[in-house]
Amino acid sequence: MQYSEKVMDHFSNPRNVGKIEDADAVGEVGNSKCGDIMKIYLKIDGEKITDVKFNTFGCGAAVATSSMATELIKGKTLDEVLKLTNKAVIEALDGLPPAKIHCSVLAEEAVKAAIADYYKKNNIPLSDELTGCKGCCGACGQKEN
Amino acid sequence: MIVYADNAATTAVSKKSMEAMLPYFDKYYGNPSSVHQIGREAAKTLIEARKFIAQTLGADEKEIYFTSGGTEADNWAITFAANMGAKKGKKHLITTKIEHHAVLYMFEKLEKEGFEVTYLDVYKDGIVKIEDVLNAIREDTAFVSVMYANNEIGTIQPIAEIGKLCREKGVLFHTDAVQAVGHLPINVKDENIDMLSLSAHKFHGPKGVGALYCRKGIKLESFLLGGGQEMGKRASTENVAGIVGMAAALNQSAAEMTENEKKVKAMRDRLIEELTKVPHSILNGHRIKRLPGNVNFCFEGIEGESMLLLLDMKGICASSGSACTSGSLDPSHVLLALGLPHATAHGSLRLTLSEYNSENEIDYIIEELPKIIQRLREMSPVWESIIKEEE
Ligand SMILES: Cc1ncc(COP(=O)(O)O)c(C=O)c1O
Repeated sequence: MQYSEKVMDHFSNPRNVGKIEDADAVGEVGNSKCGDIMKIYLKIDGEKITDVKFNTFGCGAAVATSSMATELIKGKTLDEVLKLTNKAVIEALDGLPPAKIHCSVLAEEAVKAAIADYYKKNNIPLSDELTGCKGCCGACGQKEN
Repeated sequence: MIVYADNAATTAVSKKSMEAMLPYFDKYYGNPSSVHQIGREAAKTLIEARKFIAQTLGADEKEIYFTSGGTEADNWAITFAANMGAKKGKKHLITTKIEHHAVLYMFEKLEKEGFEVTYLDVYKDGIVKIEDVLNAIREDTAFVSVMYANNEIGTIQPIAEIGKLCREKGVLFHTDAVQAVGHLPINVKDENIDMLSLSAHKFHGPKGVGALYCRKGIKLESFLLGGGQEMGKRASTENVAGIVGMAAALNQSAAEMTENEKKVKAMRDRLIEELTKVPHSILNGHRIKRLPGNVNFCFEGIEGESMLLLLDMKGICASSGSACTSGSLDPSHVLLALGLPHATAHGSLRLTLSEYNSENEIDYIIEELPKIIQRLREMSPVWESIIKEEE
């Protein structure tokens, strides 16, 4: 299996690693049974993500997709971030091996879980994108059907 | 610095093995079945190699069949033993939960074909209990297959005891000794082994060549049909150079076994001792009854592939039983058989040493590995919750 240079760069020098103690929102997805857990912390000012950090338990691709996802959403508005797809993460990383696509799905879901957390805390109704995992990758064992 | 600590995956070909092989590519390149002198030269060599390999195992030369490696030897032995059992109406088979896939997938296939399989437990330390074998054997048991030593956790099974039991009960006994041959003293007669698989590339021989030992008196069926090679049991022109290389490598491994074992064990034990000091680390497999070069740990809170990538950046070549390295979502069946939780099994690391490693290299691993573990734990939400629970 071969990772792209971008993946290796984000794995060996992950951006935005850490925690935000007074985060406005936290999203956690995956489970340790399947081998990947991502936790994303957000600082949100009005509509804008002003800071983001992540913690990840997982393989090289899991770390790299978390890192890239945080880069893609930093400084963006919530509306923009809601449009983030796992495809965008894959493209930004110059591709992922097929067996690792689920890591990018997890990264997208971690971001969305964090925004959902923010909306819940602020009594904002959840939009369609946020009504939970589509279970499409099957990676987390939380398949909907 | 490059530290190769993945000798259970494969080994470097030894100088002696390589030198022994070279003339068989361009000088004695003949087909051993040919009548002419170039062919005869190759045939003569095969006889010697077969004799030598038989001798090393305490077997007779007529009991050794060359194969394309460990997988073929396993597939052949199991296919044959199951067929033979079925002919006598015996359709119960016994193996363990920790076999290599070359064995395990054969049993899964046989189950689909109507055989019943008992998968023996290996408990926490990765070793089969002899009374479990005894209890599992039935009137309709066709054969028992228990690996000599495990490729992941290195545990050595009580083969002589199982062999004795099977012989008493009149049940055929096969052992996958791919990880053991060249590293542990083996005598098929003393240990009552009926069939044994071996592979050259695990003891500094070339890849793609191995052998099946099958005791005289057992009417082994052909595996590949075609020419009359291997006493008519396995057609295909012999891999002469490979077989010569295998014999040379085994010759050397057997001669240097005691010396190598001492050296490799010392390095293994130092690594185990130091890595045990890492908090939340678990040694997998029995502390003593394990291959001289096998070190296998789980480090809680981190994932194996990440560990391998960071080790690789430091020049350390190792392997892991994590899902991400197996291409499935489940961690290794061997680690799960030990009763480890999935999350812990994902954090496994296997370092397998040979006499080509040095104490310096062990120092280097001991220096670098804990830093890598620390780094991954710092960014792990699983580690965070482990620490929280402790407080
Ligand atoms: C225990 C065991 N059995 C069988 C095999 C397969 O051997 P080969 O690669 O020669 O087919 C291996 C090697 O990976 C092994 O470790």
